[in-house]
Amino acid sequence: MTNGWIDIKNTDMMLIMGGNPAENHPCGFKWPLEAKRNRNAKMIVVDPRYTRTASTADLFLQIRAGADIAFLGGLINYAIDNNRIAKDYLLNYTNAAFVVKEGFKLPEDGLFSGFDPSTVAYDTATWNYEEGGDLSRKSADADPPAQKPGAPAAAPPALPANAAYDLALQHPRCVFQLLKKQYSRYTPEMVERITGIPRDLFLKAADLFTSVRKNGDMTKAATIIYAVGWTQHTFGTQIIRTAAMLQLLLGNVGRAGGGVNALRGHSNIQGATDMAGIFDNLPGYLKVPNPTDSDLTTYLKRTTPTASKPGPWQSFNYWSNTPKFMVSFLMAMYGDAARKQSDFAFHYLPKVDRNYSWTEIWDNMYRGSVKGMFAFGMNGVMIGPDQQKNIDALKKADWLVVGEIYPDETSEFWRAPGTTADDMKKINTTVYRLPCAGFAEKDGSMTNSARWLQWKNAALPPPGEARLDQDILAQILLRVRDLYRKEGGKFPDPILNLTWPYTDPEHPALADVAREINGRALADLTDPATKQSLNAGQQLPGFAWLRDDGTTSCGNWIYSGSWTEAGPQLARRGTEDPSGLGIFPNWAWSWPANRRVLYNRASCDSVGRPWDPERRQVWWNEDAQRWVGNDIPDFKPDSHPKDHMGPFIMNPEGVGRIFVPLAGLADGPFPEHYEPVESPVQNPLHPNQSSSPVVKKFTTAADKFGSPEQGFDVVCTTYRLTEHYHYWTKNNPVNVQLIPEPFIEIPVELADQIGVRGGEKIKVTSARGTYAAKAFVTRRIKPMTIDGKKVYQIGLPIHQGFRGIQEDAERNARTPANVLTPTVYDANAYTPEFKGFLVKVEKA
Amino acid sequence: MSQATLEIRAISGHSGSVPGAGVRREFDVCKLIDTTTCIGCKACEVACLEWNGLSFSETVFNNSYQTMPETQWNYWNLIKFNEHEREDGTLQLLMRKDQCMHCEEPGCLIACPADGAIVQYVNGIVDFQQDHCIGCGYCVTGCPFNIPKFSPTARKVFKCTLCVDRVTQGLEPACIKACPTGCLHFGTKPDMKALAETRAKQLREYSGFENAGVYDPPGVKGTHVIYVLHDASNPELYGGLPKDPHVPWAVSFWKKPLKWIGNIAMIGGLLGVFAHYLRFGPKIEPADEETPRQGGAAPRTGTRDPGGRP
Repeated sequence: MTNGWIDIKNTDMMLIMGGNPAENHPCGFKWPLEAKRNRNAKMIVVDPRYTRTASTADLFLQIRAGADIAFLGGLINYAIDNNRIAKDYLLNYTNAAFVVKEGFKLPEDGLFSGFDPSTVAYDTATWNYEEGGDLSRKSADADPPAQKPGAPAAAPPALPANAAYDLALQHPRCVFQLLKKQYSRYTPEMVERITGIPRDLFLKAADLFTSVRKNGDMTKAATIIYAVGWTQHTFGTQIIRTAAMLQLLLGNVGRAGGGVNALRGHSNIQGATDMAGIFDNLPGYLKVPNPTDSDLTTYLKRTTPTASKPGPWQSFNYWSNTPKFMVSFLMAMYGDAARKQSDFAFHYLPKVDRNYSWTEIWDNMYRGSVKGMFAFGMNGVMIGPDQQKNIDALKKADWLVVGEIYPDETSEFWRAPGTTADDMKKINTTVYRLPCAGFAEKDGSMTNSARWLQWKNAALPPPGEARLDQDILAQILLRVRDLYRKEGGKFPDPILNLTWPYTDPEHPALADVAREINGRALADLTDPATKQSLNAGQQLPGFAWLRDDGTTSCGNWIYSGSWTEAGPQLARRGTEDPSGLGIFPNWAWSWPANRRVLYNRASCDSVGRPWDPERRQVWWNEDAQRWVGNDIPDFKPDSHPKDHMGPFIMNPEGVGRIFVPLAGLADGPFPEHYEPVESPVQNPLHPNQSSSPVVKKFTTAADKFGSPEQGFDVVCTTYRLTEHYHYWTKNNPVNVQLIPEPFIEIPVELADQIGVRGGEKIKVTSARGTYAAKAFVTRRIKPMTIDGKKVYQIGLPIHQGFRGIQEDAERNARTPANVLTPTVYDANAYTPEFKGFLVKVEKA
Repeated sequence: MSQATLEIRAISGHSGSVPGAGVRREFDVCKLIDTTTCIGCKACEVACLEWNGLSFSETVFNNSYQTMPETQWNYWNLIKFNEHEREDGTLQLLMRKDQCMHCEEPGCLIACPADGAIVQYVNGIVDFQQDHCIGCGYCVTGCPFNIPKFSPTARKVFKCTLCVDRVTQGLEPACIKACPTGCLHFGTKPDMKALAETRAKQLREYSGFENAGVYDPPGVKGTHVIYVLHDASNPELYGGLPKDPHVPWAVSFWKKPLKWIGNIAMIGGLLGVFAHYLRFGPKIEPADEETPRQGGAAPRTGTRDPGGRP
């Protein structure tokens, strides 16, 4: 979330799309309702199904799963056409005025410039800004100073330090004009053809959402709220990009009641992401080294951005501090072994040579190259796409270690339905199931969607032989280390020299770990600006203290400040809210630096006054010559507004990116609508390039895809129910009583067509598998017309599997929903396409 | 520490009258359910089950998120889900938390023949005392909302108590405590009524629900559970909420006029007997005609069934 849960109460307008917070985040959903009750805020819900969230909306639109970019692109087009945009904000706080290099091509035919079919990837050299100065007065001239032709492309492309710009926003290659051109194709008629939302209804929603910028009014704020309904597509990252662009265009980012707000699906998903839950980053979103990074200097040169902006503007470019973050991280990892003369032990870090995302790991296991797996805190067989492929992959592994609180489908993959006694004899995987502690049986912090680190205490000890996850992992590490110490190995140093500074090494206290993550001084330090000093060994007050000379250590720079000398900031429970904006500055601790709304400099106009005097977050205090406010300013505190420093300090441009240059995204600097890999229609924008050109297709025998011609013509989507929590609560009698068995939601018309009534069994088949359950015949999903073709959508909850109360009593079909879903993923975030795949539906 | 919920009768070392004497009064309590902000999460159902220690039961999916058609003797709080297509083709998913309405004129109490089996407290809570329940089921007939449910094992009738055990301690009912969205409120009847009317007005003025209103049916002299409805002119849409509930006429007739007619007839009979005595004097019986009468009524059967109350 750029903002936070409570902040939603400050909004005037909500677009809830790709998420179903009433069902999946019922406690957080009080804040949208507060906004409705207290501010008469409007709520627009766009979803393939009329959900319980939709039941509280002012306007509901039923969209075809996977058509989100078309809808949001249509909103951008509408906002520009009707002048519902925040002109000053756009000009000063985004890259709308930046001029893009000649040779960049928009995807009218489905491809941006630079596509290489042999590598199925883009050469992003043309996705860059023009070098040069102010082109404002030359904007009539369609052909500005071009680069010298034939200039050798030697060094890898980099952002120009002095980006060309046109403050009149008229240059045909300025970002704003390109944006306008790109989305001029997303007319209400095109939106209707792709999304199935009737033109009039779309216009009603577009008018309502953009009404916050009616007549240039800047006081109101609109928020966009989403969840995995946006991420679980082969173009998921680009859907979220489109939302971010729309919010920049409307001037809603950085503002109370605004922003782009991802609702996390578990209590600590944000924390997992922050702490490097994904293979291609290190804690704090530092980039993971790759094989070209021969030493630390090379790595830092590659990963530390330099400012790229119009000459007269300033850019804080906060990632220029990457060396401090990285060296402090290495100090935390390798302690005494990390010395300046040893290149801070940089060579200990693995160099990641290719994609090791979740789907790839299971594909590798299926192909036989991954031989063992630790599965903690997840039920891999259930969560992955194409469940049969995952089960077959585990059959080929030598060993599997599962840490769980219930007997789950992963640890019992070998007795999945359909496995005969003979099959079982052929499975040679050794499975170790370790009983672990449940969430109430361990302390530690969880980071919520609002980026708050909140400490919790253990309520009771783990039962029986169950152990804390950290104890299990610690003891495995210590024993493996002993083996390396005794027997040596190819490269034992990173394991032998890993710091393990905990009081009880076999039972590391999470408080110790949290203190290590916050970081401490390794030498006596003095801040040259404030003259404050720290003694060696003291906890760091925040990431501003980090050094790149080995005198500080910090496990995750964005968490620095969470556990200081003043104690565990993340355990604070102060309930005061002086501003009334729901900031609660003394409740827990929010990264970064305890600020609650990111980019909050953008809540003020260019001279530093809040856009809305009623919702004052931060402002420029001329007397103090500082930024002050109710929230912690997300900005250089002493940068005078006259200096024109951009509010988006994490971008080298200093401004928000409407156009993402270079390799920021794998599939284009602007989002373009592509069809899901399995789609009922060819892409109406460019039928010859229907789905995303850079999607990787797996090639094992298990990877099968269906098409309408093969009879797979119903769009299917998967989701969660409010009554259950993933795959756990099927073990709890109360939840089972609330929703006892799986079902498939289908439209009344489809039920009539196949001749079933509610509660009768139906069978759903995709190219990969078959799922049978009772039909939930409803009017909450209506048949749609997509590009002139009648299309049905259905949906099924993911909760039931083959272990649980009902499952063990043989009261359901014992098939997980993911037998149906395909193994394909988003090119940027590697999230599988669980939403919007094709099936056929029959009476069972 | 003083118990703020209890009135003080005597006080030590204090000159003058007892503070608060004659000032305190019992408030009429009220639960407000704003159906327009109910998200059907069923947290209230679970809280009710757990606070009241009700037993689990097996359910079956039946084409709805609602897993049982009605409240049960061991399931006192049930959200009713109703898909409703409006005239303009737009859809509504109406969700209403169903439970005892705690009528000001409780049909169950009026119908009940067992001494003390149903009481109405001064704060308006209608509560069943299973110790005194004879399992006759007349309360089921007396209720216009189909709430009291007979347990075949305990052979008694059960329903929502408005968490009377919590309320007497100054706590809100368990369902209110669990509600995540602020759709449920608890307070005095006038406060809840005012809050409900304010919300209904907001819905009429800003959300386009021109028939939004408050459900507090006068036919049972008002209820201690009130609803805000999107469309108060059509309460039946919300899983059969009666438009104009009354205590059934048979129960009313039986327990009111019929009872009085019976009383008058009985008193008339007695008066007649007395007049006859005055006029004719005592009748002289032959001395040894009958054995003495066996004394008393049958022993009470209302002992507490240990397995009865769950």
